[in-house]
Amino acid sequence: MTGPRYVYAIGRALDPDSPDSLAGLAGLTGLTGLTGVDGAEVHPVAHGDLVAVVSAAPPDEAALTARLERLDELAAVAEAHHAVVAAVATQTVVAPFRLATIYRDERRVRELLHHRYREFEALLDHLCGSVEIGVKLYVEDRSPDPPAPNGSGRAYLQQLSQKHQRRDEQWRHAMTAAELVDTALSAHAADRCHHRPQPAQLSGAAGQNIFNASYLVPTGRVTEFTELAWRLVTGEPALRVEVTGPWAPYSFTGDRA
Amino acid sequence: MTHAVAQRNVALIDLLDRLLEGGVVLTGDLTLAIADVDLVRISLRALICPVRAPREHTTVTGRRP
Repeated sequence: MTGPRYVYAIGRALDPDSPDSLAGLAGLTGLTGLTGVDGAEVHPVAHGDLVAVVSAAPPDEAALTARLERLDELAAVAEAHHAVVAAVATQTVVAPFRLATIYRDERRVRELLHHRYREFEALLDHLCGSVEIGVKLYVEDRSPDPPAPNGSGRAYLQQLSQKHQRRDEQWRHAMTAAELVDTALSAHAADRCHHRPQPAQLSGAAGQNIFNASYLVPTGRVTEFTELAWRLVTGEPALRVEVTGPWAPYSFTGDRA
Repeated sequence: MTHAVAQRNVALIDLLDRLLEGGVVLTGDLTLAIADVDLVRISLRALICPVRAPREHTTVTGRRP
């Protein structure tokens, strides 16, 4: 029997007649020579028209667990995972798996595809023809700081209070604007998912991230969607928008499988 | 049908948003601990530790022997 298998994603085989070979994936040529976590060669495991994209998993579970708790190792595994998912996504509809999902052997992967066939089919139907677009909004305080106080302590406190008041107003306004942006973008998306705002010390981004969401957008309308996101903040000098993607639909696999 | 998701450089934090919180969540055979428990801790840790730390100082676990 085969050894443990790391599962990156499931997708739809393009040629169900011979889905078990890479060539049989009807031109999934992007997979040829593709390597995943730890440089392991990626290959498909098929059941009907469903394909799990797998590679040999690191044999030592405890070692992998320990590695994933080191941020540099986590980054390496995450990037390898993402590279495989992104490569498959250029070829066929794909539902990415969460990081580090490992099965004992290929027989167990086939069983998974067999037992969850209908759910996976429904999920792939939902995702087919769409990509994930990330939209983040940042508040940037662009108003100049007041001149240094040269008067009384009272004047200083008053200035400070005005500054805080201005920040509060700016914040409230930004939150309202973010809701409007979200509403407008959602109207053009098949699905939407909110992520936690990213702390500035992690992202290194300027300004404060107040909104972090993903939208499931038809592949052919990505440019339009992106332009809409930019346009929606043009009248908001304190708001900056950052659009990421297209991503494989990581954020839209949740409730259906 | 082709799905234009080109591989490119992405920010690690955006990737972790998706890989630690998104994706099909299944209980694999061997990594139940990773999938269900440890990722939560990793995720929390990732939030309190700088992602772009220098490589020689990137151990984030507080669970040293």
